[in-house]
Amino acid sequence: MPCTVRIASPLRSYTAGAGTVTARGRTLAEVLGSLEERCPGIRFRMIDEQDRIRPHLRLFVNSSEARELTAKVADGDTVHVVCALSGG
Amino acid sequence: MADTLWIGTRKGLFSLRSDRARRRWKLGGPQLLGHIIHHVVQDSREPRVLLLAVRTGHLGPTVMRSVDRGRSWCEAAAPPAFRKAGAGAEARAVQRVFWLSAGHRSESGTWYAGSSPAGLFRSTDGGERWEPVAGFNDHPMRPQWAAQATPDGEFLHSILIDPRDPQHLYIAISIGGVFESTDAGANWTPLNEGCAADFLPDPAVPFGHDPHCVVQHPLMPDRLYQQNHCGIYRLDRPGRRWQRIGKAMPRKVGDVGFPIVLHPTDPDRVWVLPMDGRTVWPRTSIDGRPAVYLTADAGESWRRLDRGLPRSQAWFTVLRQAMCTDRHSRPGVYFGTTAGELWASTNGGESWRCIVRHLPEIYSVTHAA
Repeated sequence: MPCTVRIASPLRSYTAGAGTVTARGRTLAEVLGSLEERCPGIRFRMIDEQDRIRPHLRLFVNSSEARELTAKVADGDTVHVVCALSGG
Repeated sequence: MADTLWIGTRKGLFSLRSDRARRRWKLGGPQLLGHIIHHVVQDSREPRVLLLAVRTGHLGPTVMRSVDRGRSWCEAAAPPAFRKAGAGAEARAVQRVFWLSAGHRSESGTWYAGSSPAGLFRSTDGGERWEPVAGFNDHPMRPQWAAQATPDGEFLHSILIDPRDPQHLYIAISIGGVFESTDAGANWTPLNEGCAADFLPDPAVPFGHDPHCVVQHPLMPDRLYQQNHCGIYRLDRPGRRWQRIGKAMPRKVGDVGFPIVLHPTDPDRVWVLPMDGRTVWPRTSIDGRPAVYLTADAGESWRRLDRGLPRSQAWFTVLRQAMCTDRHSRPGVYFGTTAGELWASTNGGESWRCIVRHLPEIYSVTHAA
């Protein structure tokens, strides 16, 4: 199922500068897998080798924060990739 | 021969290119602005190739590769990562790729990477795809060897490949100690006898030490030097007991520091840059007066080299990857500071001048031919 993924600026080197891309999947894991196929390397910068979301990154499906990659994604949803960092 | 220095900083990658006399230096960069660059290493077997250990504040760690002497960079297809943990097993994730070493000259394309938390990784295709070295990462003693994490996690660094034997490796873990493998990383044994660990209740432990930097002379591979949290040491193999050569340093200066660098052709000459390890460990220049110390006799004696360096109120730190030499017969010595300055000597440390200011905090300075 197609959904929209909004890409945070630190990751746009993987999307040729695009702030929004289309991906497919019924879970966040599948959406990120689809995204990785289109943009190789992007997943590991967001998700570690134990399938955990990295500490300074937050993922939302529409307006709900997803803390696990098992989160459901429906046709037409928007996945937001948000970077959260403080300090200099 | 023109020289290039690659400077990895907390905010990006810079380069300095010299004229033939090493008098004028031209600053290049930043490249990868905003990226945290822990290490930059040229492939001595194929000088057009360089590898970067890189991450950003938000994103996970990775390795980048250049095949055009640093003009452009591409990310590794499979960066260093621990294997997926099974049920009930410790689920480790690489937080930073901290160290890179090119492999043996007979193994074109082989590289090693060290990480935090302590992990060892190998690539056999020039840094494109990385695999965990199971002999260390899954060693039954690894949880004990790397058990005393510093606040940023323990670091695996100083990956040394014996130039006579690609199977013979050394690694260092801060905190954990020095370890040796004679079978290309399949098995490891601690190599810390004689090193102090005065922060532990039992100073005679076989591991748990804090080596800050270990170097092996390419022309005398049985000669190792170590700048440790607890002193400066030398080990001549096949011996197994480190000798504390830092005892010959002036008592008021002590022998604590991060970097230790080799003369390219004289195994008895080594430079260190002491930092303040008194009381609460400020880890700055001692009394605000930075100085490099040189031994020309393998640590029997040391000489202060501070001509041209600030005489007072200079409170920087020089990290373990942030000091290097070039390959001239009278070698240049270079160090980068946490205050973003690059200091250079083209006469073996006898006199110094600041060749760049106002860079971000410097993590790594390496020479490229």
